[in-house]
Amino acid sequence: MTGLLVDAPAGNSRLLGRAPDLPLPHLGAQALIALVEQAGLTGRGGAGFPTARKLASVAGRSPVVVGNAMEGEPLSTKDAVLLSRAPGLVVDGLSLLGVALGAQRVLLATGPEVPSGAAREAARGSRVEVLDLAGGFVAGQESALVNQVTGRAGVPSDPLVPVYHRGVGGRPTLVLNAESLAHLALVARYGAAWFRSLGTPSDPGTFLASVSGSVPRTVDRPGVLEVPRGTPLRAVLSAARTDLDRVAGVLVGGYHGAWVPAARLDVLLTTSDLARFGASPGAGVVHVLDRDTCPLALAASVAGYLAGQGARQCGPCVNGLPRMAETLRRLSVPGADPALVGEVARLQGLLHGRGACAHPDGTVRFVASTMRAFADHVETHLDGACDAPAR
Amino acid sequence: MRLHVDWTRCDGHGACTELLPELLTTDEWGFPLLRDDQREPVVPTDVEGFARRAVRTCPLQALRLVE
Repeated sequence: MTGLLVDAPAGNSRLLGRAPDLPLPHLGAQALIALVEQAGLTGRGGAGFPTARKLASVAGRSPVVVGNAMEGEPLSTKDAVLLSRAPGLVVDGLSLLGVALGAQRVLLATGPEVPSGAAREAARGSRVEVLDLAGGFVAGQESALVNQVTGRAGVPSDPLVPVYHRGVGGRPTLVLNAESLAHLALVARYGAAWFRSLGTPSDPGTFLASVSGSVPRTVDRPGVLEVPRGTPLRAVLSAARTDLDRVAGVLVGGYHGAWVPAARLDVLLTTSDLARFGASPGAGVVHVLDRDTCPLALAASVAGYLAGQGARQCGPCVNGLPRMAETLRRLSVPGADPALVGEVARLQGLLHGRGACAHPDGTVRFVASTMRAFADHVETHLDGACDAPAR
Repeated sequence: MRLHVDWTRCDGHGACTELLPELLTTDEWGFPLLRDDQREPVVPTDVEGFARRAVRTCPLQALRLVE
């Protein structure tokens, strides 16, 4: 399913509707940065960094510009949908930056789950080079992506030298998510006020949400929806035809995200409202936990997946993530040793802040949120019961 | 001045933790663990000399002093 909760001039969805009815304007670096700053666009790939500041960090330095459609997050499908439905907007965003920033090269990096055919077609006659790259959960991390494009192993680098200083081929490099590029292509045409006409004053615009459920029956129409920032989570679940009576919690932001408890579905999808739960809109993942799915079994399985997806470079991650996954697995067995709860907490502290990239911290965020949001369920396990069958 | 660990290089040899017990201990796998849970801890002036030695001694050049 693809769908929308928005109404906008370029069709009834901004990003996935009709092609724009205005040509792409030519903008200089300063005009573009000012426009994006006024619009208040933030990155749609996960970190949510202000896009204007990223543009300013490489302006006038003959950078390499990389569109990021690696989509290594298993619960996210929005970049694949965007590149199938509106590849022209993503290519436009890259072309716009190529001219404005005086880019040396302009690349679009697609992961193995993202079909690149339509983008290649859209890029014909432009300077945009479309690359099909190897995947994995961390392959889309900025420095890992830069390394793979440069011909090295696609794993993260030490963050002491950021990619905006030295990236692809040693050039200052700007990496922007594919959806952020599509928003740029529209902001350049329709302006900052148009962008801000949806969303909230402090978190403007729309975003693509990938909605899914832990079992098929919970969400009747899973898929990608375009949603204004500030929309209640409940409205997004309803639009995807979720059986709200079955919701035990909602994972927002993906495997590095956090849970919104079932009693708090009225939370608004903004950066500040989600921060109360340790979550953020991230790359737009909304994953519904069915009340028959054991949250600890799910967490153990996610932690096991994340442990296997590490780049195998940093000691704390190589040793700590498998230990965390194994501890959660033991805890997910009814009648588990109560000491395992303390061990999970100890491992959270041991992993946090130790590693070249955000993989250990993101995993800790998810695990900490699981232990917080499902504390009652943990107690049930320690008492020897589990009211949810294994996944 | 702060101490930066390049985790992509560090192999847990442990030279730094012996030279800088004020800042570092080891985890159960032998990798340096920063005592105050900061990503880049501030190096107190009185141990700057030991910190420089730790940077020179690391066999994998995984330590840096950064401003």
